[in-house]
Amino acid sequence: MSRSEYAVVADGLRKRYRDTVALDDLHLAVPRGTVYGLLGPNGAGKTTAVRILTTLVRSDGGRAEVAGYDLRTQARLVRRRIGLTGQQTAVDDSITARQNLVMFGRLFHIGKEAARRRAGELLDQFGLADAADKAPKTFSGGMRRRLDLASSMILAPEVLFLDEPTTGLDPAGRREVWQQVGKLAAAGTTVLLTTHYLDEADKLCDRIGVIDHGRNVVEDTPDGLKRRIGNERLEVVAAEPGDLAQITELLNKAAASGREATVDSTGLAASVAVSDGVLALTEVAVELRERGITVADLGLRRPTLDEAFLHLTEGAK
Amino acid sequence: MTTVDLVPDMDDSLASRAKWAVVDSWTVVLQELTHLVRQPSTFAWQLGFPIVMVLMFVYVFGSAMDVSGQGAGEGYLDYAMPGLFAMTMAFGFMNTAFAVALTKEKGFIDRFRSMPMASSAVVTGRGVADIIHATVDLTILVVIALVLGWRPGGSLGDTLAAFALLLWLRLALIFVGIQLGLLVKNSEMAGNLFALAFPFGMVSSVFAPPDLMAGWLGAIAAWNPVSSTAGAIRELFASPAVPSGYWIEEHATTAAVIWPAVILAAFLPLAVRRYQRLSR
Ligand SMILES: Nc1ncnc2c1ncn2[C@@H]1O[C@H](COP(=O)(O)OP(=O)(O)O)[C@@H](O)[C@H]1O
Ligand SMILES: [Mg+2]
Repeated sequence: MSRSEYAVVADGLRKRYRDTVALDDLHLAVPRGTVYGLLGPNGAGKTTAVRILTTLVRSDGGRAEVAGYDLRTQARLVRRRIGLTGQQTAVDDSITARQNLVMFGRLFHIGKEAARRRAGELLDQFGLADAADKAPKTFSGGMRRRLDLASSMILAPEVLFLDEPTTGLDPAGRREVWQQVGKLAAAGTTVLLTTHYLDEADKLCDRIGVIDHGRNVVEDTPDGLKRRIGNERLEVVAAEPGDLAQITELLNKAAASGREATVDSTGLAASVAVSDGVLALTEVAVELRERGITVADLGLRRPTLDEAFLHLTEGAK
Repeated sequence: MTTVDLVPDMDDSLASRAKWAVVDSWTVVLQELTHLVRQPSTFAWQLGFPIVMVLMFVYVFGSAMDVSGQGAGEGYLDYAMPGLFAMTMAFGFMNTAFAVALTKEKGFIDRFRSMPMASSAVVTGRGVADIIHATVDLTILVVIALVLGWRPGGSLGDTLAAFALLLWLRLALIFVGIQLGLLVKNSEMAGNLFALAFPFGMVSSVFAPPDLMAGWLGAIAAWNPVSSTAGAIRELFASPAVPSGYWIEEHATTAAVIWPAVILAAFLPLAVRRYQRLSR
């Protein structure tokens, strides 16, 4: 892929705040038209990365291009091609939703009339038409965040940056925002989002970059990430609690090297990481049958991203 | 997806950038004015304190104070009303600081700075909106003063000059407000600035002549910029002369021009630098 096929390229970004190293040699390459998730715990450097890429903060070292323009020398050109929905919801609560969008439209220099029409269009698109002339302070969290998203979409930007778009929202609000982001991505907008919710990255992103302490830990597709760390797990649910000791013994025999079976909190299900899932499954099934043990359930399970994440960041320390 | 023609102005010439600096500032001003129109109660909140103060002084303490040398209570209304105007301008820096802290806290400054708009508009728009706000404040206070029986005694020109001096003080304090608003962590801390504003507004000639205060306090009060503005506009409103033992009070008009200029010279560069430093 040639360089111009990337909407965001960062080479060795560094940023230090007094004693804190916020970014320490961060690399990114986000292909155009994809959704990229920057995943990491609090303090990992996600917000700092977004602030540098949206021209708000200058990096101490390294270079970056957004929408094909250099951040240092062509910041004005970058600003015409990006949208930012920051960690805080930047909505003016005491003017109406429509007034918010018209104001931003005018500040994007598209002219008064176009700003007004674009506001109406975005209100429809983001499902806010009914609330258009109400003040956002009466809105639900999800609605305010959708208005916030709409405000960053005035110019239909090439690259949209979302910093923890659903933090602090209830489940309904999160779904509303996910749905809108999904629509924007389907329409071809490149999205770079940060999150510490793994299900969010899993659901929205084409690729996920895990970062910690301002450094890249690993980058992969959501599925690849899961496959990469966590071998699959073989799980057996016993029919009789008394069989669990024998089941655990069998699982330990089938385990990937160095791994041991664990029993979950119900005291009925035991599982273990395995390196070849199908082989382990067959072996354990045959053994169970030979020993005459009947089980309630037997199956392979991919690790959740949460498990993967814990494993990855701990491995990087 | 988009039916509106999205053609942003791409002209990067100096003339175009100057034009947009003005247009963008005006857009920010309009946003601020929309707040005031939608929430007129803002004025009640912000003017409530000065109005209560002035009523208390005029009707409670003022009757015991001899400000004109013609007996206790004589001419106190004429003395206190210009003081009230000056004090309200002085307290204004808190409104600026609070508004700036709020725009910062809510991520507005970030979104503005990530956009192709003129970045100076955030500051100039704020300044123009605050001057308009202060003009409305003064209008309300003048109406109240007229109802209470106060009358400006000078010519129309003198009266206009007095209001110009008041707004000149307010203008200088906008940059103190911007600096403080960018300095504090959040809008809640900006609210605590009242602890700073109160002595700044009150240790002055606003409600009592410094001559009547203890020596050192009187000197501080006399040299307070708020006192200079209050003293200068008292002359312009032809309030009864107040005996004064301080050199600066004898030159109040000059001081009322110079003090804000000094504040401006100190805080304009500070505030601009603070704003630019947001990208550090
Ligand atoms: N303006 C700042 N001043 C000082 N330290 C900062 C500043 N911004 C971020 N940091 C520090 O840099 C590190 C990374 O922060 P941040 O990028 O906000 O992480 P994240 O968004 O992943 O939670 C943290 O240790 C944070 O305390
Ligand atoms: Mg963050």
